[in-house]
Amino acid sequence: MSSIDTPAAAPVRTSRLRRILDSDIYASFRSSRVTMAAAFIVAAMMLAALFAPLLATMNPFDPAQVFLMNASLPPSWLANGDAQFIIGTDDQGRDLYSAILYGLRVSLAVGFAGVALAATLGIGLGLIAGYFGGRIDAIIMRIADIQLTFPAILIALLVDGVVHALLKGTSREDTAFWVLALSIGLSFWVQYARTIRGSTLVERNKDYVQAARLVGLPAPLIMIRHVLPNVIGPVLVILTINLGLAIITEATLSFLGVGLPPTQPSLGTLINIGNQYLFSGDWWIVAFPGTTLAVLVLAVNLLGDWLRDALNPRLR
Amino acid sequence: MSIKKSLLLATAVLAIGLSAGQAKTLRYANQGELRSLDPYTVNETTTNAHLGHVYEGLTSRGKDLAIGPGLAERWETSADGLKWRFFLRKGVKFHNGEDFTADDVLFSADRVRAQGSNFTTRVPRDAKFVKVDDHTVDVVLTSPNPILNSQWDTWYIMSKKWAEANNTAAPTPAAATTPSHASLNANGTGPFKIESHQPGVRTVFKANTAWWQKPEHNLTEIIFTPIASNATRVAALLSGEVDVIEPVPIQDIERVKASGNAEALTGPELRTIFLGFDQIRDELLESNVKGKNPFKDKRVRQAFYQAIDIEAIKTRVMRGLATPSALMIAPELVPWPKDFVRPKFDPDGAKKLLAEAGYPNGFEVGMDCPNDRYVNDGQICQAAVGMLARIGVKVNLNAQPKGNYFAKVLKSGNYNTSFYLLGWTPGTFDSHNVLYDIQGCRDNPNSSRGESNLGGYCNKEVDALTDKILVETDTAKRNDMIKQAFTITTNDYSYIPLHQQALAWGVSKSVKLTQRADNSVLLYWATKN
Repeated sequence: MSSIDTPAAAPVRTSRLRRILDSDIYASFRSSRVTMAAAFIVAAMMLAALFAPLLATMNPFDPAQVFLMNASLPPSWLANGDAQFIIGTDDQGRDLYSAILYGLRVSLAVGFAGVALAATLGIGLGLIAGYFGGRIDAIIMRIADIQLTFPAILIALLVDGVVHALLKGTSREDTAFWVLALSIGLSFWVQYARTIRGSTLVERNKDYVQAARLVGLPAPLIMIRHVLPNVIGPVLVILTINLGLAIITEATLSFLGVGLPPTQPSLGTLINIGNQYLFSGDWWIVAFPGTTLAVLVLAVNLLGDWLRDALNPRLR
Repeated sequence: MSIKKSLLLATAVLAIGLSAGQAKTLRYANQGELRSLDPYTVNETTTNAHLGHVYEGLTSRGKDLAIGPGLAERWETSADGLKWRFFLRKGVKFHNGEDFTADDVLFSADRVRAQGSNFTTRVPRDAKFVKVDDHTVDVVLTSPNPILNSQWDTWYIMSKKWAEANNTAAPTPAAATTPSHASLNANGTGPFKIESHQPGVRTVFKANTAWWQKPEHNLTEIIFTPIASNATRVAALLSGEVDVIEPVPIQDIERVKASGNAEALTGPELRTIFLGFDQIRDELLESNVKGKNPFKDKRVRQAFYQAIDIEAIKTRVMRGLATPSALMIAPELVPWPKDFVRPKFDPDGAKKLLAEAGYPNGFEVGMDCPNDRYVNDGQICQAAVGMLARIGVKVNLNAQPKGNYFAKVLKSGNYNTSFYLLGWTPGTFDSHNVLYDIQGCRDNPNSSRGESNLGGYCNKEVDALTDKILVETDTAKRNDMIKQAFTITTNDYSYIPLHQQALAWGVSKSVKLTQRADNSVLLYWATKN
């Protein structure tokens, strides 16, 4: 796994990561079979999502490739099944296997985009709040406190509703992805901000920061170059755990019908479609996307849990 | 409310409950919500049926759909057909205790024709209402209209005093963003009163003990809740959480039948589901074709028609429970349905037609579709998107709950659509309604013709025939003219008729009710054990 993690890290972080990898964190990873399995599943699903067009038998987002006459076919090993559709088709005749691959793609992409937005926003605001303190700190953290009183899913629903109202007239298919990423980003930034602010409060009075200030470096440069690398550690854990949450949030929103439209199904949309047929015996439409989602989120969360424990000095 | 007060109230309620015998609450769930209680907001069968428990018209329709007396006891027409006299029922009271009089009829006649009403075709615009005395009203027409009162069962009479006192004398448009008093409250003469109404959440109807008729039902209360999810709605019926659901999703009919505690009432419905095009604007609102409207070209409309594989929709989306149709009216309502056949499903021919019309690579267009109004409406639209994609047309589907859908596409929303799915049952159960309301030209602002012709299809020949059909009394001649008119609209490809859907109501075994062929769930005919 180290070979996948290392190139993704920013150059400023390399030395720190090296130290982490050289320490017992890699050993801890190797010693936990569950973690290795989780990492393998996440990697496999990411690759599957990345190469979906090569692995899939059709493009379920292209209505011209979807034939209604193939609708609601059971998995190929059951009676009436068709070898062309390994795990059956949905109510419009989309191959479920292909739909899950493409859905995985959408779910992961929305998850990453949402988490990236939340992290950027949260880290930025947290740094500013912690570094400057005083009134700026008070304002930012009060906003964060207020937002914490609402469940994230409610914020996401609100943002989704407002943005769609503002974008009236544009096609939902074009905007749905970014609206989802935005709503997830805006509902998860608080955690990052709080974590970063706490660490920044500690760091800003340390000698190296004072020294940088005396030299006359501008505040943004001090924050990004000097403070950030020293406070970023805990954020890695939140990032991983939040990815699972973001994927679940996307699925929930799509399940509720405010996420991705049925013409571009994500895993949540597929579960929503399948839910309509739960009573009618067409169990496969909900079962396979549901299992995929559950396995993905479980694996991401296991990775996150492991990372949290491994980075926690008290548990070592 | 103090504890003492609420205790008192509870005792009083209990006492009433005991004196009236066992309280019977019937719980009813529909896939769509009940948004506005204003009876002139949306002319839609489900909403009309809901409000038919609270409001009444001058006429009524029975279980067999035959017209009978309602708030008018009887009526007569003058020899020239230009004057109708309605004798109003005496002793009828609105729910707030006011007497029902001729003033209320005159007021309702103005209100139903006012701007914002979706029922303007119910009463001819130039008809004059004259109060003869408190319980007699004359309707003076400028041209004879033998079917004047055939849709008055759903032209609900409102109280003039109540509406004016509550500042709600003007109808609430479907596109209104703030609710009016009449959309949140109701004051009718019907068998049930509104006890509480939370739009889109829950509406409670209480039996009106002062109703002028002897009720057939034995209910004290009806609780209506919308349940949009098919699976949840069926689960609610099977678990006994609700007593009646409409519709039973077709994929679950067998399951409901086999359940033992509920049954599925099925039958043919008189509603035609169809696709319509904006043919009136010079440029479509939602399309990549600029400067012209591709739907003005008949070849494009024909291409769309030929691209629709109706058999696939029937067998897959409707699971066999639909009758493909070539007509814009139910075959039961005309004598020669077999003379009209759908053009063959022919995607290659459709592509050629598109190329001839100047769109060899197709084009892009937005489509509006309700997803909680008709049986599997959202899935039908999705299927159409796929079929049109194969002739190169990219359809951007906007499927949404009917409240938002109607607010967008109806007249009050300025017919804001380029391509849409709609269903229509003629309120008169006669072809004239179809030809006038959805095939008539919209070009005369002083006429309500074409009110629900969302795409603005217009052919003057059809209009001329429609006017003749209205006054023709010779049945054979009239039927001939109707056939002529439908031949013209069919050849114009004015719409793409899809099918007649099947009625499917889920009813608990403890409930007996009457299923009317227009899919109106009327619980004042229901009894519960």
